[in-house]
Amino acid sequence: MTDSKYFTTTKKGEIFELKAELNSDKKEKKKEAVKKVIASMTVGKDVSALFPDVVNCMQTDNLELKKLVYLYLMNYAKSQPDMAIMAVNTFVKDCEDPNPLIRALAVRTMGCIRVDKITEYLCEPLRKCLKDEDPYVRKTAAVCVAKLHDINAQLVEDQGFLDTLKDLISDSNPMVVANAVAALSEIAESHPSSNLLDLNPQSINKLLTALNECTEWGQIFILDCLANYTPKDDREAQSICERVTPRLSHANSAVVLSAVKVLMKFMEMLSKDLDYYGTLLKKLAPPLVTLLSAEPELQYVALRNINLIVQKRPEVLKHEMKVFFVKYNDPIYVKLEKLDIMIRLASQANIAQVLAELKEYATEVDVDFVRKAVRAIGRCAIKVEQSAERCVSTLLDLIQTKVNYVVQEAIVVIKDIFRKYPNKYESVIATLCENLDSLDEPEARAAMIWIVGEYAERIDNADELLESFLEGFHDESTQVQLQLLTAIVKLFLKKPTETQELVQQVLSLATQDSDNPDLRDRGYIYWRLLSTDPVAAKEVVLAEKPLISEETDLIEPTLLDELICYIGTLASVYHKPPSAFVEGGRGVVHKSLPPRTASSESTESPETAPAGAPPGEQLDTVPTQGDLLGDLLNLDLGPPVSGPPLATSAVQMGAVDLLGGGLDSLIGAPSFVAPPAAAVPANLGAPMGSGLSDLFDLTSGVGTLSGSYVAPKAVWLPAMKAKGLEISGTFTRQAGSISMDLQLTNKALQVMTDFAIQFNRNSFGLAPAAPLQVHAPLSPTQTVEISLPLSTAGSVMKTEPLNSLQVAVKNNIDVFYFSTLYPLHILFVEDGKMDRQVFLATWKDIPNENEAQFQIRDCPLNAEAVSSRLQSSSIFTVARRNVEGQDMLYQSLKLTNGIWVLAELRIQPGNPSFTLSLKCRAPEVSQHVYQAYETILKN
Amino acid sequence: MIGGLFIYNHKGEVLISRVYRDDIGRNAVDAFRVNVIHARQQVRSPVTNIARTSFFHVKRSNIWLAAVTKQNVNAAMVFEFLYKMCDVMAAYFGKISEENIKNNFVLIYELLDEILDFGYPQNSETGALKTFITQQGIKSQHQTKEEQSQITSQVTGQIGWRWEGIKYRRNELFLDVLESVNLLMSPQGQVLSAHVSGRVVMKSYLSGMPECKFGMNDKIVIEKQGKGTADETSKSGKQSIAIDDCTFHQCVRLSKFDSERSISFIPPDREFELMRYRTTKDIILPFRVIPLVREVGHTKLEVKVVIKSNFKPSLLAQKIEVRIPTPLNTSGVQVICMKGKAKYKASENAIVWKIKRMAGMKESQISAEIELLPTNDKKKWARPPISMNFEVPFAPSGLKVRYLKVFEPKLNYSDHDVIKWVRYIGRSGIYETRC
Repeated sequence: MTDSKYFTTTKKGEIFELKAELNSDKKEKKKEAVKKVIASMTVGKDVSALFPDVVNCMQTDNLELKKLVYLYLMNYAKSQPDMAIMAVNTFVKDCEDPNPLIRALAVRTMGCIRVDKITEYLCEPLRKCLKDEDPYVRKTAAVCVAKLHDINAQLVEDQGFLDTLKDLISDSNPMVVANAVAALSEIAESHPSSNLLDLNPQSINKLLTALNECTEWGQIFILDCLANYTPKDDREAQSICERVTPRLSHANSAVVLSAVKVLMKFMEMLSKDLDYYGTLLKKLAPPLVTLLSAEPELQYVALRNINLIVQKRPEVLKHEMKVFFVKYNDPIYVKLEKLDIMIRLASQANIAQVLAELKEYATEVDVDFVRKAVRAIGRCAIKVEQSAERCVSTLLDLIQTKVNYVVQEAIVVIKDIFRKYPNKYESVIATLCENLDSLDEPEARAAMIWIVGEYAERIDNADELLESFLEGFHDESTQVQLQLLTAIVKLFLKKPTETQELVQQVLSLATQDSDNPDLRDRGYIYWRLLSTDPVAAKEVVLAEKPLISEETDLIEPTLLDELICYIGTLASVYHKPPSAFVEGGRGVVHKSLPPRTASSESTESPETAPAGAPPGEQLDTVPTQGDLLGDLLNLDLGPPVSGPPLATSAVQMGAVDLLGGGLDSLIGAPSFVAPPAAAVPANLGAPMGSGLSDLFDLTSGVGTLSGSYVAPKAVWLPAMKAKGLEISGTFTRQAGSISMDLQLTNKALQVMTDFAIQFNRNSFGLAPAAPLQVHAPLSPTQTVEISLPLSTAGSVMKTEPLNSLQVAVKNNIDVFYFSTLYPLHILFVEDGKMDRQVFLATWKDIPNENEAQFQIRDCPLNAEAVSSRLQSSSIFTVARRNVEGQDMLYQSLKLTNGIWVLAELRIQPGNPSFTLSLKCRAPEVSQHVYQAYETILKN
Repeated sequence: MIGGLFIYNHKGEVLISRVYRDDIGRNAVDAFRVNVIHARQQVRSPVTNIARTSFFHVKRSNIWLAAVTKQNVNAAMVFEFLYKMCDVMAAYFGKISEENIKNNFVLIYELLDEILDFGYPQNSETGALKTFITQQGIKSQHQTKEEQSQITSQVTGQIGWRWEGIKYRRNELFLDVLESVNLLMSPQGQVLSAHVSGRVVMKSYLSGMPECKFGMNDKIVIEKQGKGTADETSKSGKQSIAIDDCTFHQCVRLSKFDSERSISFIPPDREFELMRYRTTKDIILPFRVIPLVREVGHTKLEVKVVIKSNFKPSLLAQKIEVRIPTPLNTSGVQVICMKGKAKYKASENAIVWKIKRMAGMKESQISAEIELLPTNDKKKWARPPISMNFEVPFAPSGLKVRYLKVFEPKLNYSDHDVIKWVRYIGRSGIYETRC
């Protein structure tokens, strides 16, 4: 019998026919009809009209038919909630069936039906199934709790299912344990603050025991859960590692990668002097290499992860270069990743082999791959000094092939080689100049122009070459225009006599005929410099350039540390934190590596532990253009950087170094306006980047001690309305704790006692963290001041307006109700400073319709004052730049429930009106954040 | 976790669609079709992010399997699951083709309901699944209570891959050591990279719940044992091999391997893959390819290729095939070979030279003249490597099975009563020589 015929019934009146068949008396006919319905459903036809007829088939003892009906129910119950109720009875009955397979089927299906009325009926059967004698039923019920939590979290908590689920972690059956762990991990993710997965040495031990016994999938759930644990000291870390290492020999790659994640994370806590540390490092390499013989899709996942691992711990795979050699038949995505890792592993010891391979790749077919291979040769030259000469000659060979994109790519990288090794390889310039005409990509043109300008004194016809570009000046892209301007000024300074006309021409093109402010500004600076003091101009424009760093596309260390915590997951494939691609609150919890062992810090949970990259591994330069590069802060790199620890090379320039440094980076600046793909040129400005980051650190030190702004007390409950009790109050936030400062006044004639307070459910889960304590009875006319600590762990319900709070106060006389509005800034948490890269990515990522703009009027403060005042209320300035005289502050803040709000504050000196743009995934908070800004800035 | 799973045919029509999570809508099905299946260019990544939804896909012949999610899932797990899904389907109805999927769609839905719950993979061992999901409808309504609980305890149990009560009149087992040799050689005959990836496949027909112990000439084990009798290892020369890494079927007790390096397990019934391993040292390369390419002007190429077999003369290699790539602008080819048959295949841009059998320590050669059409294409021909296929009756890594002991405590058959067969097959993996 074949089922494919069900796919082919597409007559008119089909629904009608199906209806008749579904109601047939013959079992076989019924079953046939249900199969037809499912087939139609699969191909996307709407068969919801048949709901009652299909549900009628549910009461059957034919399990196959039952399963089909259930499948239908899961798809359509939501659209027909009232009808779905008809199915409840059968479910409840099935949950009592003597056959465990049927019990499990019923509870599994019921959890998939997202209809409120059904979920109510689900609770009792689920409770029984969680304690069922059969492990198959229990493991299904464990997952069902997660399903129910997804539909109605409150219900799950109220019914106490979470506790039952926790008990299942100690179940005798390993599969039940694994599913319980999976369910709990998922629920815990949506409650970052809760202590649901209460991991302690005892429970960890149980998990490690279950690890040996459960299915491959169960092992993955358990390992992923273990990775969230922070051992209390290095000894515990080591003993967990010892019990996890056998998993590295598992046939399932996901088990291996999850084990690698646990080991990479816990290794962080082990001392490098430990013998065990070295043993562990050695054990990591073979399984990682083995992953490369898996199917291509898995290889891709493995390679993306290996890319992170070699950045974090290069020593792991340093001897394994050969396994990353590209095979002719590898899919392109595997090839590109392998190439990336080859460069990271390139060293003096293996450079000859690597170069031979790269040269081979440069003759392949795929354009992207070839370009990357050429670029890789350049990077080898910069990374391994001994190989530079060989690299250059390889590149020259490639230029001889005359393949257009190879030539262009080669020229771009040769420019970087010149930067790294000045005055060493100029002999090749002649060859490069021959190819001038074939360059049609802006990046290659800009690179060539830079070379001509830089070595103008050695190129006889430099003026002719540059002049030829000038003809189509306005058709060139910005980076070429900027580079051309600088190159001609350099040429003029070197050969003033012959090129005066040329320089005037370019200056007028740049300043008078161009709409581009960057170009105009640079033109004017040169013009002014040249006309006032040619000597100074020479010192500035021809200043010695800082050397470029060898590694340019390393992932920023804090992001890298976070990604290491996500090994094996999508985040590690995308090289982005989950918050950049996951919607809503889920998975946005920021993970970081555990700090190197220090017993005093052992109590900290992984979420709050500081990113613990040991100082020795910090990189000297902060790469300014990572994967997450946005366009927002590019211009940041232009203005001169003031602040003490400038990059050393900039300091050497002496007295004019400030200006020199600034202009120097301008010379390099075209690459910063380049599209994000341009990873290599970013290194031109790398030292500037590090200066800049110092600047950020300076600002972060300001004004963190004072608490946030506190509004004066206001009357919330007038005495008239509350039988003589008057309540006024305000909200404060100090050192991370929120409290409600109350003033109770007795304006009645009798003594008041037995005070109590309760809040209604509200948007951010505010709730009293302690009972209202009024120690002595409140006699008439007496007033007491009470500070009531608040928590945000209460139940959540969205209120209108968002920040309204309904309060009930009881005393011996009566119960009184009032409602008040709380200022949002009491919810701004102290760790709301977003990483700059993450800020950029997040800002870009939030859709524009979520952006809200506000005006803050009449605020006399300047940018510094604004920044420090906001910071004391936990609004952090992530970056600042100056655009056309306006100060732009980029700020971030985080609410207690994990919502991030990103802000751009535009301040014009002299103008008391500020423009505030807010971006947030939950746009409804913007209005209130704006009010908080107003309150903080104006008081 | 996995939010949904779709199966498409080559045209992008949905054959199976199962949604597990509420955040995945019907439009996800179309998004994948439009952006990936119908996309003109080559697939640039097996993971695609479309509008904040991530799609993982694998292809089997012309069928696409896609898993969808909106969360930060374990990506390696998703792919492993997709492969597993393919294995399970193949075990039920053979080749994964549009016809087979349509013929078995009810079964597939049933399987998907069982092996993926709310997007979490559950027990997916075919042996266990087949006890209660069959193509002839579901058995369970007529089972006794004992049978039912036997099923559930097997599905959830510690030994999910085997069940009590298996009986054979003849206890027999077959071990296949299957290796694939991979080589990349430079035109000058320098080995750029070489490795063997091997598999030990076991087919067991054993009664009861047999405890097995597998031993091979693993260097670490031999050295450990050989400490007392040092001369034994030295006189036997290259008796042991260095294994770079190995992975095991889930029946093998990994902690025991980690501590004692012994491989002990209770095997699944019938065929399964016991282990995979990888070696890179002292590999016997069964063939050496010596290419010679000469460009005669712009319109002619002369190619000469010599192959040499490098193993015991008493052994015979089979199914030998040498593939010599030719430029795209080839107009004609003339071939002369000493042994076997050679043909120019224009559609594959290659000369294919086939030899049925060849003994060890022999040599054979082919020479060809390739006529080229004049082109003004500036781009040089990429010169893909010469590749080779073959099969040899030994393990190129040098691996030897030392023993496989069977011990069944409850039934009365001993290790000696089990009939054991061992076979070694070495095949070419990617065996390339650049020219």
